[in-house]
Amino acid sequence: MKQLISILAFTAILFIACTGSTKKENEQANTDTEMHQTDDGLHHDNGEDMSHNDQEMGSDKMGHDMDSSPITVQKSQTTSVAINAYLKIKNALVADNDKEAAIGGKDLVNAFDKIDKSSVHAEKMSEFKEIIEDAREHADHISENQGNIDHQREHFEMLGTDIKDLLAIAGADRTLYQIYCPMYNNNKGGSWLSTSKEIKNPLYGSKMLTCGEVKSTISVK
Amino acid sequence: MRWFKGIILIVIIALVGIQFIPISRNISKNVPSADFILTYKPTERVSEILKTSCYNCHSNNTDYPWYSYIQPVGLFLENHINEGKEDLNFSEFGNYSGRRQKSKLTSIINQIEDDKMPLPAYTLIHRDSKLIREDKRVVTEFLKMLIDSL
Repeated sequence: MKQLISILAFTAILFIACTGSTKKENEQANTDTEMHQTDDGLHHDNGEDMSHNDQEMGSDKMGHDMDSSPITVQKSQTTSVAINAYLKIKNALVADNDKEAAIGGKDLVNAFDKIDKSSVHAEKMSEFKEIIEDAREHADHISENQGNIDHQREHFEMLGTDIKDLLAIAGADRTLYQIYCPMYNNNKGGSWLSTSKEIKNPLYGSKMLTCGEVKSTISVK
Repeated sequence: MRWFKGIILIVIIALVGIQFIPISRNISKNVPSADFILTYKPTERVSEILKTSCYNCHSNNTDYPWYSYIQPVGLFLENHINEGKEDLNFSEFGNYSGRRQKSKLTSIINQIEDDKMPLPAYTLIHRDSKLIREDKRVVTEFLKMLIDSL
């Protein structure tokens, strides 16, 4: 009997030890990638990227706006709450604050759930719904990824396109600027919306706060 | 010594006990017409990479390894699969709106290029699922082409 118990005990300990170590290895692997990402991020900060950045800033100072495609949208309160939440996320990401960004994400999800569809034209309804569905998912990811600001930023960038398209259909209550930073995501570029022409980059935050140029003005009539 | 035996016994009973927790398996016999590979017909190589490195957690069909039948490993895996499918389900891909498909494709490309997917924990066990540079190139190239065509 004693022997049986000790064999069972041994098996149990072995089992626990095995699963335990796999988990640890997994965690280790995760940390490794995270560190790797941080390295990548730092790499962007130095060398040629920086000098490129200086050029961008220089052109801004000289007043060469890239504002090539101004858009006018109807005056409407439909999107007000959503715009507020979007800007809350934006400002949080400018300040490298993942926690506040997550709260903004949640606000935006709520805003989409309560958005008033009555003023949307029937022929635009399916597009409107598609935009909301996609944007809501991005907002949801931002709210769930506190602690992973790179991932929040990735979804925030895609969210910006949706919001811009949403404003074209459902209108806006204020003038917004679409700002473009060509360096984002390995030089694929990325944009966001802001109430000010002053460049404060939410896609990089303090790592490269001034990368960007006004690409489009969304004004309200 | 008596208390020690007691604890061991409880642990053993618990470990045996959780083996009987029923979990629903992510296996669906019919491949839906909305399936990504069926819909967009990537090359043989791209299909193979997607099936080996993505489909286990991002489709309605998982090729379960033997250890998934041991708890709590199985429960842990099932949880992963459910989360994975919620974010991206290749079996349902054709049902997403065009806008959502583009978002998903962009995210997939980013995740692959940044080595965030497949999960390091997954490639640690499934050695063949790890994407080498050439794998990443052919897959992302196909996905980028697809985004432009949508």
